[in-house]
Amino acid sequence: MAAVQGGMGDADIKTDIKTEPSADGFGNNNANDGRVLSASPGSTPVTPEDQQTLLAVLQFLKKNKLTESVEILRREAGLPENSLDPKANESAGAGSGGAAGIVDLEGGDASSLLSRVTGSSSAGAQAPTKGTVQSGSGRDQPDVSVVLSAYSQQGDPTLYKVYYRDLKKFIETVLDCHRAELSQVFYPLFVHMYLELVYNNHESEAKAFFEKFSGDQECYYEEDLRILSGLTKKEHMRGNETLLDFRTSKFVLRISRDSYQLLKRHLQERQNNQIWNIIQEHLYIDIFDGMPRSKSQIDAMSGSLAGEAKREANKTKVYYGLLKEPEIELPLDDEDEEAENEEGKPKKKKPKKDSVGSKSKKQDPNAPSQNRIPLPELKDSDKLDKIMYMKEATKRIRLGPDNLPSVCFYTFLNAYQGLTAVDLTDDSSLIAGGFADSTVRVWSVTPKKLRKVKSAADLNLIDKESDDVLERIMDEKTASESKIMYGHSGPVYGISFSPDRNYLLSSSEDGTVRLWSLLTFTCLVAYKGHNYPVWDTQFSPYGYYFVSGGHDRVARLWATDHYQPLRIFSGHLADITCTRFHPNSNYVATGSSDRTIRLWDVLSGNCVRIFTGHKGPIHSLAFSPNGKFLASGATDGRVLLWDIGHGLMVGELKGHTDTIYSLRFSRDGEILASGSMDNTVRLWDAMKAFDDLETDDFTAATGHIHLQDNSQELLLGTYTTKSTPVIHLHFTRRNLLLAAGVSQL
Amino acid sequence: MADREERRFAEVSRESVRLMAEGAGVELGDDVAALLAEDVCYRLREATQSSSQFMRHAKRRKLTVEDFNRALRWSNVEAICGYGAQDALPFRSVKEGELFFVEDRDVNLVELALATNIPKGCAETMVRVNVSYLDGKGNLEPQGTVPTAVQSLSDDLLKYYQQITRAILGEDPHLMKVALLDLQSNSKIAALLPYFVYVISGVKSVSHDLEQLNRLMHMVKSLVQNPYLYLGSYVRSLVSSVMYCILEPLAASINPLNDHWTLRDYAALLLSHIFWTHGDLVSGLYHQILLSLQKVLSDPVRPLCSHYGAVVGLHALGWKAVERVLFPHLPAYWANLQAVLDDYSVSNAQVKADGHKVYGAILVAVERLLKMKALSLSQSAEGQSGAHPGSVVGAVSYRVNSPGLSPPPEPLSEAALGIASHLQVGGAGCHWEEWTPVPLPAMYCELYSFFGDSLAVRFSTGTGFGTHSPCTPSQLSDSRKEPPGPASNLDTTRKMPQLTANLNISPRQDGSPRTDPPPPSLSGPGSVRSLPRASSMQRSRSSSSCSRQRSAGLSREVFPKARFTSPQTTPPAFSFLIGGRQMGQRCQGRRPFQTMFATTPPVSAIPPRTYAHKLPVIGRVGKPVRRWTCSHYSLHLPL
Repeated sequence: MAAVQGGMGDADIKTDIKTEPSADGFGNNNANDGRVLSASPGSTPVTPEDQQTLLAVLQFLKKNKLTESVEILRREAGLPENSLDPKANESAGAGSGGAAGIVDLEGGDASSLLSRVTGSSSAGAQAPTKGTVQSGSGRDQPDVSVVLSAYSQQGDPTLYKVYYRDLKKFIETVLDCHRAELSQVFYPLFVHMYLELVYNNHESEAKAFFEKFSGDQECYYEEDLRILSGLTKKEHMRGNETLLDFRTSKFVLRISRDSYQLLKRHLQERQNNQIWNIIQEHLYIDIFDGMPRSKSQIDAMSGSLAGEAKREANKTKVYYGLLKEPEIELPLDDEDEEAENEEGKPKKKKPKKDSVGSKSKKQDPNAPSQNRIPLPELKDSDKLDKIMYMKEATKRIRLGPDNLPSVCFYTFLNAYQGLTAVDLTDDSSLIAGGFADSTVRVWSVTPKKLRKVKSAADLNLIDKESDDVLERIMDEKTASESKIMYGHSGPVYGISFSPDRNYLLSSSEDGTVRLWSLLTFTCLVAYKGHNYPVWDTQFSPYGYYFVSGGHDRVARLWATDHYQPLRIFSGHLADITCTRFHPNSNYVATGSSDRTIRLWDVLSGNCVRIFTGHKGPIHSLAFSPNGKFLASGATDGRVLLWDIGHGLMVGELKGHTDTIYSLRFSRDGEILASGSMDNTVRLWDAMKAFDDLETDDFTAATGHIHLQDNSQELLLGTYTTKSTPVIHLHFTRRNLLLAAGVSQL
Repeated sequence: MADREERRFAEVSRESVRLMAEGAGVELGDDVAALLAEDVCYRLREATQSSSQFMRHAKRRKLTVEDFNRALRWSNVEAICGYGAQDALPFRSVKEGELFFVEDRDVNLVELALATNIPKGCAETMVRVNVSYLDGKGNLEPQGTVPTAVQSLSDDLLKYYQQITRAILGEDPHLMKVALLDLQSNSKIAALLPYFVYVISGVKSVSHDLEQLNRLMHMVKSLVQNPYLYLGSYVRSLVSSVMYCILEPLAASINPLNDHWTLRDYAALLLSHIFWTHGDLVSGLYHQILLSLQKVLSDPVRPLCSHYGAVVGLHALGWKAVERVLFPHLPAYWANLQAVLDDYSVSNAQVKADGHKVYGAILVAVERLLKMKALSLSQSAEGQSGAHPGSVVGAVSYRVNSPGLSPPPEPLSEAALGIASHLQVGGAGCHWEEWTPVPLPAMYCELYSFFGDSLAVRFSTGTGFGTHSPCTPSQLSDSRKEPPGPASNLDTTRKMPQLTANLNISPRQDGSPRTDPPPPSLSGPGSVRSLPRASSMQRSRSSSSCSRQRSAGLSREVFPKARFTSPQTTPPAFSFLIGGRQMGQRCQGRRPFQTMFATTPPVSAIPPRTYAHKLPVIGRVGKPVRRWTCSHYSLHLPL
């Protein structure tokens, strides 16, 4: 899979968005069209393989009469015009397909057309159906029948059991050190053999095969096996996503050379072609030199839908460092005094200037260059906010094992509609909830009420030169504690505040992501692109960009002033369940139902890290504040910690008994808080978890990790709620922990 | 994984498919139906699996119809409408056709449209914050404590709660009655139960106010009697509140004018009622209650009113509790009580009065113990002779109304009592295993040694009272002529409330005994101890060992009714008599307002077979006059 996928990915990233800024005039002051992300295609040389792919894509486009796209792609890829069928030009005049497509909302095949055509930009990137996206090949439309036909090879159905048992017997008798590694083969083999039987209409044999050997599989595959066991007819295989995943992606196994030789020799001796064929066709065996891994090492990394990540997949360099903070003129002293006096404290001179100044001057060697991706310029209000942030930061409580944070719980009462998502602003002044009844509600958690901007007529009357113009534009009559925003037509699954608190994003089951203004409390844009439920969305820490991911298995990167995505991150084999921006905004992490986490480079659109090890769909992600680490929580109740730079799993935190829906690092990264469906918040000693690491070169090179089971030592506290699943966590700027949920009483 | 073999998917049978096809007017062949059925199953499974995704993302544990509909929409199938309600749908079967269907009641639109109680919209969604943990330590304000959680109740419930508590604890007795009545019958207050229990647990803070305590106890009663409430673990909390009223030296008891005795009696009745109706909700509750009562009783430091509470509590829990706890403890306790009673100093007057209350309570308890024990012995001797008419009714009423209360004292209902006492044994049997009961005669001797003639239960032999019990109206007049005539008996009933063991707690007048202090017993138990003891021993021995005729000398004139009997006419039978004592002018102690009824001797000289063949006769004769005897005895026997 990954081989094909890689090629495809390259094709994707050549997509440059050249949208005219006319259509979306909602006046985002962050907008800076000139600086919109543009990956320069010239920087990466086009390899012959890529060219092959590109040609295939062009063929496909032409076949679908997408002449404009053809033109653009050819220009971008720098391909000679004659590389295409000369007929392409003839149809170009008649086409104007792109324009037509945009209007074609009600068209018969709207769903596919929309995604295909409205993108005046690129090609296979916005592949019409889920199937094609993750099948990853633009060369032909991988019809299900084509995909499945690989199973048409016929063996004697009655012998399957014998083959499997034979192999099982062999693996059970090999030396202990090889047994654990070779046992990895069981699961993919089992599945493929079962599917072959089903495909070739040997229903009873398939059932018997399943009955006999399904019990041997690792328990973390239970969910998949349940789906598989329901599938007993060739007809069922049509449109079954799990199955397509299995066929189109090669299951990746990491096996030491010795073990592999052993297996190979055995299969050749026995003339066991059936099994050998499956291994050749459907499995990708990543062979390494050295000691075979132990059972626990393997178990730590396995569990994903498509096996482990290939070692090469995590070799790319990731700039995980933080961007340099912009220099901000510090507030005048009298302002400082005012603030102090308000709180009724004696004023003190703080040696703040130096510390802040020196901090921001250092440049992290692992940080990306400041302008690696264009970021919006700071507005005056942003600077003010930064100043507030620094002030608060000086009052921050230093947390540690002996100094645990206080917890405040925001309980949603009377939420009969069903609360599905929560977010708090960075300064903890607003809380927003997404509900199953399609509404988005915003509350002010400070005494300051929510107010709308005055109507246009009233705005004309105010004195625009006055100092307090920002105050004057607000309509006092609309002040209230909460506001409800209507617009979605399905449950709101993801919600995110912009860092400047002027906007709110929400993603919904209806397939749209909506941008709301918190000045007018109206919807500004509905971003359409995902045609299936969008499970999560998040603003970049610098604003302007946001990412969304959903059931269509792709994550999309958007800019608020573009109605088309800037990047499409495709590669997950199942729904994308959660999305998070790296603190430096250059990377995006996505967690998926395929039980993997991927890290994507915003600049290139490439997948730069694949983390496997979770045994259930991932529902929460959190980057450490220093950008070095990632924490992930899943339905299996475990939190896994990852070293982004080395691409390694570095910790496992066991304790929760149900899905972890929220993770958050404290502001200084000393403590990791996890909130779960099991009605608890747990605090973990993140400092200790990361400090104890010794990442030697060998581990980094091979990716073999030794995890110590020290969850109990790292667990600093378990705080139970009263029958309230914790669905959101947030550390205030002073390190007070806020949690939110709906009481189930 | 091990249970994979057992796991089976729900399946739609081909018959169902064919039926549905017929419903749509299509005839299906067997093979088509089979194929369709299998495919339907598969599609259902697929839709279920994808619907669970929606559930996960909505952060719920419960899969809803909406989730399933969304999954159907994914697969381009029409959503199913009409099942979005949160309530479970009643799934019913028709026996004849093996058909199952979801009940779909008609909705009367006219009624709905004209209904005046238009439901208000649900409360506004809001966010409330509370500090759960400070510095990672301690739960400052546990999320959802009563005050905050009350806000999450619907407006109507909240209003109801406020009105009810205000009415019950307020001044207006009429309003209180209405409120209590509603609390007793309202079917929609389950959500408020914790709050009411919380209010009731406030007894500790109003121990100075008898009136409030009484009202809270009435509230308990109403809650306990509400058939729609499942008390669950709240029973424990209720019981502890009730026990508080029974046992604690309430602040209100300091003033002798305060009638805290009534409260204790009432609470004791309530306790037994809770135990008998809801005792099964909390395991080991009976044992715990007994233990705490015992603890109080054996603590000499506690004031006499606490001891009184313990005694009436035991009494209310039934004679077995008395036998188990009070009786073994009596010798030790007696010494203390005696000291109090013998102190005639003025300063001791109040304590002495209290002592007499305790004395009276103990007396009533042991008298019933004796009576019931004798009854149960006779019953067991008689064997489980089976179906008596009316026994079932008797047993039921016994269980429901007044467990531990003496049944109507007529031979007829003996069977009922027998069954009931077995129930009792069955219910609490496990607690009694390690304990060996004292035989009745020994018990009687011991008790007699304490109480002397005050003990109004008499055992005698050969009284023919068995023949009298199913008596005719004419005999009523006979009995009315007896010295303590019916009028005075009636009076006694009111005056000697210690004997009211009626556990029917609803009417206060019945349930709560009057608390006129018993007139001082002029015959100190110690003074008459020696002689009567001998005679009683003799009597008891005679009653238990053989049915020897009671000598005339032993027949006491304080039992005038015995005079009317003609012992010789009937075969000798074991009988005993229960009487209250009425302190009068006479110095020799108690003159019982007599009631006697006969039972069969535990060990009769007459061979059992004779007895066995006699029994049905009693039953048959008794039937027509049963009603009358009931009323007769209920007048005269204030048990």
